[in-house]
Amino acid sequence: MIDFSIILAGFGGQGILSAGKFAAEAALHEGKEVSWFPSYGPEMRGGTANCSVVISDEAIGSPVVNDADVVICLNQPSAEKFEPSIKPGGILITDSSLFEYAPSRDDIKFIPMNASSIASELGSMAFATITMLGCLSAATGCFSRASFESALYEILPERRHKLIPGNLEAFDKGAEFAK
Amino acid sequence: MATKRVLMKGNEVIAEAALRAGCRNYFGYPITPQTEVMHYMAKKMVEIGGNFVQAESEVSAINMVYGAAAAGARVMTSSSSPGISLKQEGISYIAGAELPAVAVNIVRAGPGLGGIQPSQGDYWQATKGGGHGDYRNLVIAPASVQELYELTVEAFNLADTYRMLVMILGDGTLGQMMEPVAFRDEEPIKVVDKPWAAVGRGGRQTHNTVTSIYINPDDLEAKNRELQEKYKYIEEHEVRYEEFGVEDAEIVITAFSTCSRICRNVIRQAAELGIKVGMIRPITLWPFPSAPIAAAADRDNVKAFLDIELSAGQMVEDVRLAVCGKKPVYFYGRMGGNLPTQKEILEKIIAIHEGREV
Repeated sequence: MIDFSIILAGFGGQGILSAGKFAAEAALHEGKEVSWFPSYGPEMRGGTANCSVVISDEAIGSPVVNDADVVICLNQPSAEKFEPSIKPGGILITDSSLFEYAPSRDDIKFIPMNASSIASELGSMAFATITMLGCLSAATGCFSRASFESALYEILPERRHKLIPGNLEAFDKGAEFAK
Repeated sequence: MATKRVLMKGNEVIAEAALRAGCRNYFGYPITPQTEVMHYMAKKMVEIGGNFVQAESEVSAINMVYGAAAAGARVMTSSSSPGISLKQEGISYIAGAELPAVAVNIVRAGPGLGGIQPSQGDYWQATKGGGHGDYRNLVIAPASVQELYELTVEAFNLADTYRMLVMILGDGTLGQMMEPVAFRDEEPIKVVDKPWAAVGRGGRQTHNTVTSIYINPDDLEAKNRELQEKYKYIEEHEVRYEEFGVEDAEIVITAFSTCSRICRNVIRQAAELGIKVGMIRPITLWPFPSAPIAAAADRDNVKAFLDIELSAGQMVEDVRLAVCGKKPVYFYGRMGGNLPTQKEILEKIIAIHEGREV
């Protein structure tokens, strides 16, 4: 795997930057080279936020992604902005319970997933991005469930470890959806 | 067993490296995109009993650095472009008084207040002095989070060794990105005696004076000659760079830090098209690796150089001095906070290869 690149985008506060960190940390647990780069500056809750994650077997060149293998979007403006950045044959995953989207390209794989609905059934909207990571993992194999679990233990403070089973359930739901 | 790699932000790693290098004094003023250096220092200095001051301005912060350095302490400040401009008076005084200190510039796009996205437009300011008078700073340009760690630790050793300011020149990309970093169990801290430090007489008859004022022209000229001797020694002993693929390259790229990373990918793409491209990546921007660039210019296989920067072309002047007209030196840069894409650089390489570039 050389420079497998992911863009995650949505509104600030949806957990976009954290989801990117989980993905990078999971791949790191598999011994991969990883980079995570956020949009930074006048971002705020309710504004747009995005981050780029690159996973590779070799040293990573640019952490800034121009051509993404996968784009994950939690709002319409992000989907419109980043659809052109997807490589031919790449994947666009959207949260279809938040917005209806119809890609203008036919050379990409489109996965509209009701991530927020699944998350609310599981009891927390915070699981929406996690279901999308499950989908990402199952659709591409860029990191495994076991690595994601390790990443949770690594990143979440111990007092939050009780949330890990819920996160894994959300991850599994997303993975099932991809199949 | 391999050392555990942890995922950390570049800015935080700079601060962690400084603490590991024994820095217990940090003075700064917040500015995007380097504020995480301050955040980290603010939190950790309390825990370990060091000194952290958020000064009222950058001018104040650099003078606090002067004070701590004069007392013989390991000290650091950090800022981004406009803030570093404000610090230049103090940096010149530090050079004049020959004080060891580390300053970090996480460069953003200018001129003026400019923007907050990455740039390399402070190359001239960093490498040609920046403030008033005949002086140099040792300037180090890491290209990864791991290098930010290792070279920040090294910066403190170099500062103490040469009694001068060492600048870590990063950019918004490097400061904001997270990458894995493997910390050493023990840091290679070089302990340097500081008999010149102004720490009171301690029973001696005379006290130490730290100053940069020499009213007598002959005294000041002698001081300047001493400084120039030191700079000459550093140019002969402290040049660092990475070089690869030059032995059979048709085109040699010169690029530092973030740009060198993008070029690394492009070189792979060019190889797939059958175009051999090598790279010389300066790690110290001053002293500049002129010798390896001059050597590459002498090689028959090398037909041209291509310099890539996040500016209108600053380092390219040093590249041209080193190449000395022996081969053409082309340039491609982006400004305003934009990064060149791999495609843009590859097109430039193809144009040079096909003889279309002028």
